[in-house]
Amino acid sequence: MFELRNVRHDYDGNEVLRVDGWQAAQGEQWLMLGPSGSGKTTLLHVLAGILRPSAGSAIIAGENLAAMQGARLDRFRGANIGIVLQRLHLMESLSVIDNLLLSQWLAGAAQDRARAQEVLAGLDLADKADAKPHQLSFGQAQRVAVARAVVNRPKLLLADEPTSNLDDARCAQVLALLQAQAAACGATLVIATHDQRVKSRIPNHHVLGAAA
Amino acid sequence: MNIAALSFSYLKARPLNTALNVLLLALGVATIVLLLLATHQLEDRMRRDAQGIDLVVGAKGSPMQIILSAIYHLDVPTGNIPWKQALEISKHRAVKRMIPLALGDSYRGFRIAGTTPDYLQHYGARFAGGRAWQKPLEAVIGAEVAARTGHGLGTKFHGVHGLGDGGHAHEDHPYEVVGILERSGTVLDRLIVTSYQSVWVVHAEHHDIKDVSDIEKQLGDDEKEFTALLLQYATPLAVAMLPRYINNNTGMQAASPAYETARLFSIIGVGVDVLRAFALVLIFSAGLSVFIALYNAMNERRYDLAVMRTLGARPATLMGLLLFEGLLLALIGAALGLALGHGFAEILGHVLRAAQQVEISGRVFVIEELWVVGLALGVGVLAALIPAWRAYRTDIAATLARG
Repeated sequence: MFELRNVRHDYDGNEVLRVDGWQAAQGEQWLMLGPSGSGKTTLLHVLAGILRPSAGSAIIAGENLAAMQGARLDRFRGANIGIVLQRLHLMESLSVIDNLLLSQWLAGAAQDRARAQEVLAGLDLADKADAKPHQLSFGQAQRVAVARAVVNRPKLLLADEPTSNLDDARCAQVLALLQAQAAACGATLVIATHDQRVKSRIPNHHVLGAAA
Repeated sequence: MNIAALSFSYLKARPLNTALNVLLLALGVATIVLLLLATHQLEDRMRRDAQGIDLVVGAKGSPMQIILSAIYHLDVPTGNIPWKQALEISKHRAVKRMIPLALGDSYRGFRIAGTTPDYLQHYGARFAGGRAWQKPLEAVIGAEVAARTGHGLGTKFHGVHGLGDGGHAHEDHPYEVVGILERSGTVLDRLIVTSYQSVWVVHAEHHDIKDVSDIEKQLGDDEKEFTALLLQYATPLAVAMLPRYINNNTGMQAASPAYETARLFSIIGVGVDVLRAFALVLIFSAGLSVFIALYNAMNERRYDLAVMRTLGARPATLMGLLLFEGLLLALIGAALGLALGHGFAEILGHVLRAAQQVEISGRVFVIEELWVVGLALGVGVLAALIPAWRAYRTDIAATLARG
């Protein structure tokens, strides 16, 4: 599904990311592990197609991202990638359902209100469709962020530290939810985390070392 | 979801900021619109009142005063002129038509103008009821006079000496209303028109005449007076010689309506220019405020913008979003400004109407208003340009890595 080879990224002359090789098949579920500062977020951005690495090749969903430019890359992102950011970043001025419709619109997909409602219902958010993000609890907001990431049925679902600051029960819930949502649309799942609690739940691990 | 809905949601999310920007812009637009409406209608009105009158002759004095008193009926006359001299002028070969005016009295603030039926004809007056006068002390009243005084056909009233209330009343010679004019949008609306003989009759007591049954005969030729003469030239060449002839060879003063009105406009124009500059300052400070608001919004929204890019938005979409927001603000501001401007004009019109001055309405549109709307939209887009450009250049990964 994706294949990374000899990916390096420098920032101000310092190497912040080094991946010699990492392959994943469609539908697999992976953890990206490593201590803080090991480049997890940077690698996530590379996988999401929003950061062009300094060197190496990243082939995602059959496309070499290095060869893609401008609007094509934007369209590719919208169609293939779903991302749940650590700090959610929902659109505060839009209702929950409009956040999902925005995602469909920006991806260039048809705006399918029924699909958006179906996703919300699947995440136990059916009654929150017209709420504004600031009216939600953190757990609800996180589920909205997941809903926004999967509403376009992405091929690759990314999540950045989704379980940090959660108690054990919630941690297990969120993890299960991400796994279920990824499986529901057949997406490959990559979760970047330094949370040791999740290790046992997902067998595929890619471990980043501390930056050189 | 689309750009408009998204822009609107952002404006709604910051109601105070949005209201301030809209209000600033609206006030600027409203001020200019009000100026446009007022000056446009004023000039239009003054031009219509002076139309077809090439020269006004009055007693020696300020030409401006002669025009203001004899055409617009806004000022007191400079004095009277002898009937014999008026007769001479009317026979001059350069004069095609002469309409005499005998002024001096008023009724509840409305001028009583003694003249000939030519005067009504000149303004194309039409009767809403009744007829023109046939003998002295029969009067025709304008639409505004009828509306304000409540006088109908057959009612009688006493003229008062001078132009305001409180002058000496002419109790012996009441006027009878025999005709009411349709509203014409000219000076006739605010006039009480009668024959010039009526004015002579009312003032006969000054000449110790008690019997006024045939005033033309009873007054000596030297006792007959007019206040002003409205002249129409027989030939374009008259403009070069008639005013000079009158000023040099008679005791009278000639005044050109075209020249004096232009002079009046240029005097008013200075004040209008100052107000217009003030309004432009308002509009541009509104532009600045919109700029600052959008620029700050850019900072508050940098994550939103970056997230939108991860969701597949093209840079041009983000740019369009901010430009549209500026445009939307300007559009709401301009619409509100137009409404306010017309509302103010209507209120001003009511105030001025109560003071029996010029008439201004808010229910008129002038083509220049489109320019004002264009200007406001331009300012909105201009203010959004730099924020839009920054949105276009958003570095997604760097922004998201920070938060």
